[in-house]
Amino acid sequence: MTEKNVNSNNKNIQTNENPFMKYLRKDRLPNIFCAGCGNGIVMNIFFKGMESADIDFDTLALVSGIGCSSRIPGYVKCDSLHTTHGRAITFATGLKVGNPDLNVVVFTGDGDAASIGGNHLIHGARKNINITVICVNNNIYGMTGGQISPTSPKGSFGTTAPYGARDKPFNLAELVSTAGATYVSRWTTVHPLQLSKSIKKALLNPGFSFVEIVSQCPTYFGRKNKLRTPVDMINAFKENSANIRKAAKMDEEELVGKIVVGEYVNNSRKELTENVRDLSVEQCCRNLAIKSAYQDKFED
Amino acid sequence: MSEELFVQGNEACAHGAIKAGCRFFAGYPITPSTEVAEDLAGLLPKHGGSFLQMEDEIGAIGAIIGASWSGLKAMTSTSGPGFSLMQENIGYAHITETPLVIVDVQRGGPSTGQPTMPSQGDMMQVRWGSHGDYEPIALSPSSVQEFFDFTVKAFNLAEKYRIPVILAVDEVIGHMREKITIPDNVDIIKRMMPKESSDQFNMDNPYLPFKSDENGTPPMATFGDGYNIPVTGLTHNEKGYPDSSDPKAHENLITRLCNKILNNREEIVSTHESFCDDADTIVISYGAPVRSVFTAVELARKEGLKVGSIKIDTPWPFPETQIFKAAESAKNLIVVEMNLGQMVHEVERIIGMVDGNKPNVHLIGKIGGELHKPDEILSKIKEGFS
Repeated sequence: MTEKNVNSNNKNIQTNENPFMKYLRKDRLPNIFCAGCGNGIVMNIFFKGMESADIDFDTLALVSGIGCSSRIPGYVKCDSLHTTHGRAITFATGLKVGNPDLNVVVFTGDGDAASIGGNHLIHGARKNINITVICVNNNIYGMTGGQISPTSPKGSFGTTAPYGARDKPFNLAELVSTAGATYVSRWTTVHPLQLSKSIKKALLNPGFSFVEIVSQCPTYFGRKNKLRTPVDMINAFKENSANIRKAAKMDEEELVGKIVVGEYVNNSRKELTENVRDLSVEQCCRNLAIKSAYQDKFED
Repeated sequence: MSEELFVQGNEACAHGAIKAGCRFFAGYPITPSTEVAEDLAGLLPKHGGSFLQMEDEIGAIGAIIGASWSGLKAMTSTSGPGFSLMQENIGYAHITETPLVIVDVQRGGPSTGQPTMPSQGDMMQVRWGSHGDYEPIALSPSSVQEFFDFTVKAFNLAEKYRIPVILAVDEVIGHMREKITIPDNVDIIKRMMPKESSDQFNMDNPYLPFKSDENGTPPMATFGDGYNIPVTGLTHNEKGYPDSSDPKAHENLITRLCNKILNNREEIVSTHESFCDDADTIVISYGAPVRSVFTAVELARKEGLKVGSIKIDTPWPFPETQIFKAAESAKNLIVVEMNLGQMVHEVERIIGMVDGNKPNVHLIGKIGGELHKPDEILSKIKEGFS
């Protein structure tokens, strides 16, 4: 849809604008993302999922850490908290418990969520805090110039792995599933339809939702790993994706190098904000206080 | 009706937080501060508040920053090791102007050190712990009642100046039991809202979340109220947009953040001077050592020695005017603290500003966990008169 509009190259710019432009801070464009980066696709897919979930844009609060994908919230015309490296989920937890009416979404990357922020990721999932985490996994540190990350495949190259990565990478969707998240899925940027449906489900799930988007970083991952163009990377995603149902029947050897996509978890369990509210109702027969900072009298 | 309680300092702090309107606490267990968290775990649900035990101290401060932007007064408590972990996000709270209260019940360090023993070893970490330039506010109570009072005050200062305020307490005050009075009402400074509602703003008249009022502090809208606030730890302009490579933008922001505290120093600073007018020797202290200093000064006065005392309630910003006045009038300044000399450097810095005869400065620094005895202070006082 977007490309068609851009290509038609007409006089009336208004009608050819990306339909999601209304959600962006136009005065901050152009963005900092490299040509061919997956973040633009991620933003499009997110807005589509948000609209189909009927989320009120005014209740949306985007939280992020540090890294390329963590820059996404700053371009969106809503309340946003661009926080410290790895810690976005903790800020999101305070924001959501502080005002349960907010729809809190975390944008994070593989380094941010799974390396420096790994502890917060598993505890957020364990507590089932009602937020949605969108993890843009490009298997590399893009912002700092191409170092390997905890999801870099064994043998892949980065500036800090000139002889190839030697460690076993994290399987994020499985990690977060095991930690207790109530909605988990993984797709790649070549699965926009599945992804926007997944994001819709994640936003509507009353609990910790984790959507892993395997995304392309042609600038660093591609260049270091013989996938120099965005098209090379996209084609690699297409070739290597295996649906979770098919993958279940494949043996270990067949699964080497595969990106197992699909829905990992979709269940329900009482979420953190509800637990905190229930305790307040039980102990003082009142719902949680909101906006106490703006009051000068407090109920005893 | 006011209420009298016989409690330890950490409990008094929890009561002070509730009275000040704190409705969110996130923390992680650590000796000797844990009772603050334990008591708030009990008290907050009874007042419609939220208590979260987080996975670590970094998570704790992250959560309270988030909660503060949701419009709640929020607090955490910790001790040295946890306070070290919080430093990065303390800087984040400074640059994003997020009101918070952080209680640091100090124990012997560095590292795991002496978990159960008192110390004032974090005073310079309170000042300089996060990277970059910033001006913190810190309060050090010297009694259980003060721990209650200063907790309320910490919230007021945090909201007024949109800054993380540190309660730099020592373990003596945290664990000592005394009778306190909880007044029926305490003075509350509430958070300032923007004057205009969010629908008054548009592309031509954008909302400027980081444009300060005449005092240097911007009013603070909350998430979910339609203001669409972009908050970032990057150097930003008044709109909140990142502007991290323009030298002028960084200078403007950081100078304003520092000046909103420095220009209001006299209003923030609190000290108590006793017997200073005719004193040849003035003893300077804060926190638990104040108690021994008071006894030592009384004993000295009984012996006819001209000795006075300055009790510092707000180590940061440092009470420059008050110490300068003492440095001009006295021959000897004695600094009493539970470390090997931290705030004494500030006193020396101020003495450097005095023209003409400068007073001698003596440190009675003590580490290991034993409080100064009045006798030790008295004999140092007498040295100055021999």
